[in-house]
Amino acid sequence: MSATAEPVQTDTRRTGRLALAAEFWAYFSENRGAVIGLYFFIFICLVAIFAGFLAPHGPDDQFRDALLKPPVFQEGGEWRFLLGTDAVGRDVLSRIIFGSRYSLFVGCVVVSVALVVGILVGLVAGFVGGWVDTLVMRVMDIILAFPSLLLALALVAILGPSLTNAMIAIAIVQQPHYVRLTRAAVLGEKHRDYVTAAKVAGVRPLRLMFVTILPNCLAPLIVQAALSFSNAILDAAALGFLGMGAQPPTPEWGTMLAEAREFILRAWWVVTMPGVAILLTVLAINLMGDGLRDALDPKLKRS
Amino acid sequence: MLRFILVKIGLLIPTFIGVAIAAFGFVRLLPGDPVLLLAGEHGVSPARHAELMHQYGFDRPMWLQFLDFLWHVMQGDLGVSIATKRPVISEFMALFPATLELSICAIIFAVVLGIPAGILAATRRGSWADQTIMGTALVGYSMPIFWWGLLLIILFSGILHWTPVSGRISLMYFFPPVTGFMLIDSLLSGQKGAFESAVSHLILPTVVLGTIPLAVIARQTRSAMLEVLGEDYVRTARAKGLSPVRVVSVHALRNALIPVITTIGLQVGVLMAGAILTETIFSWPGVGKWMVDSIFRRDYPAVQGGLLLIAIIVMVVNLIVDLLYGLVNPRVRHGR
Repeated sequence: MSATAEPVQTDTRRTGRLALAAEFWAYFSENRGAVIGLYFFIFICLVAIFAGFLAPHGPDDQFRDALLKPPVFQEGGEWRFLLGTDAVGRDVLSRIIFGSRYSLFVGCVVVSVALVVGILVGLVAGFVGGWVDTLVMRVMDIILAFPSLLLALALVAILGPSLTNAMIAIAIVQQPHYVRLTRAAVLGEKHRDYVTAAKVAGVRPLRLMFVTILPNCLAPLIVQAALSFSNAILDAAALGFLGMGAQPPTPEWGTMLAEAREFILRAWWVVTMPGVAILLTVLAINLMGDGLRDALDPKLKRS
Repeated sequence: MLRFILVKIGLLIPTFIGVAIAAFGFVRLLPGDPVLLLAGEHGVSPARHAELMHQYGFDRPMWLQFLDFLWHVMQGDLGVSIATKRPVISEFMALFPATLELSICAIIFAVVLGIPAGILAATRRGSWADQTIMGTALVGYSMPIFWWGLLLIILFSGILHWTPVSGRISLMYFFPPVTGFMLIDSLLSGQKGAFESAVSHLILPTVVLGTIPLAVIARQTRSAMLEVLGEDYVRTARAKGLSPVRVVSVHALRNALIPVITTIGLQVGVLMAGAILTETIFSWPGVGKWMVDSIFRRDYPAVQGGLLLIAIIVMVVNLIVDLLYGLVNPRVRHGR
């Protein structure tokens, strides 16, 4: 660290986690879109956390004197309601701010559930092989044979329409991708020398799976996680829109769109605003996902 | 080649049985008594209830119901819709052309715009054209299409009055369905203005359904093209002095298209999922809307048959894509 008079030939590269993180950030920040996406995502997270402070009104407060008020920048708008009000006089902006909580929550839950279960099943399938592997992969094929939204819709119909059930359904629908990725990675790593060495050294199967092999399979899984985070938000909104997700008066963005449908030609803002929120959130996450892929998995790099 | 085809088809059989079990199982797990739903608000006497349960076979053991279901499926009989009292298969077949027509138009829209856009982006890599195209593709890829549809309706139907809001054709025109494809039928009918009406009804749904495939195809074309443009034989072609257009359109494109064609084939699942939303928004009388309605009506046989048929369609298209891939790429055919 101290300045030396003559250059000494030393390896100045830092090692350890910090260095890995620095290297990751160097690759990630090369992609300008990814950084913008990250900042916007952090912004949405902050909005969701501090929704109670940021929102000018409660999500369910009804202002009977201000039904279908247009946004402030349009004639007839009021400063009280920056993005206007809906058919029962609720502030659209406040509902969108509170809605961010639901979307992020859905994304987090779906990705965590799908990731954990997918990794477990994929590890077992890849590691054990034989009929277990065949059975697991056939079941995944069956899930993949149905269009994802249709399957989610059918599952929610069985479980009963609610946000929780929508999350369960979406997690099930996204499962096969994680299972397939984990299994493929495990099959690729299983016969590498370091695994054989660990095996010879007497490492137990469980430790071999989770400590030796798993960390080397994580890169594609993280990229997939980003991708399915945005898909989960889209699917949850679509289910909400079809009346099979969060139920009114929950300020979930897709549900808000469904409620707004009948005013489509009279009050454009009740339809436009929640959709913009969905689009921007999903876009930010996808931008981030592209950056993650470039940084973590040079093989997948689209150059 | 024959062996390759047979192996591929053989692998589908367990999946098919699994899909049949899944479709069958879903419907048994749906809450609500189908007979009570059928009876509606009037209710039904216990005796009549038992009779109907027996008539539809809901009172038999589960495994027997499944074998029975499978047996009938093999003969193309998917039961009778509770809501309309018509065979599920003929309901589906009557509505499927509408979905097929929409899907074909959407995929044509996506291919015709997506491939040139991807090529342009790849050949002008890093330029503003590339950045604009890829930025737009990412927006399209992130699009909640149900909202996109509403937005287009506001703009083109509400403000500009260019296109109608819903349906397949104006109610002014009536003619018997010949092919089930409104574009062809309206031409065959010879009625003045019918074709134009059909086209104007089709435009917005096509754009909405085609948006995500368009984005995916553009992205895939660009990355496949970039990969190929870096190959030695492309450099050789350039060094020979061939014109850039010829190098791209003949030498590079041919090989770059292989992964793109696979991608196009894989969009069929995306299209079927998208059809559910698109058809709901535009009141398009296809199988997507029918499935949603059937799920809400708890029309057991319709949901069961629809799930099964849609899954079979997806499986068969994926099989065809697989086979085509093997046909153009011998490494896949003989590999492993």
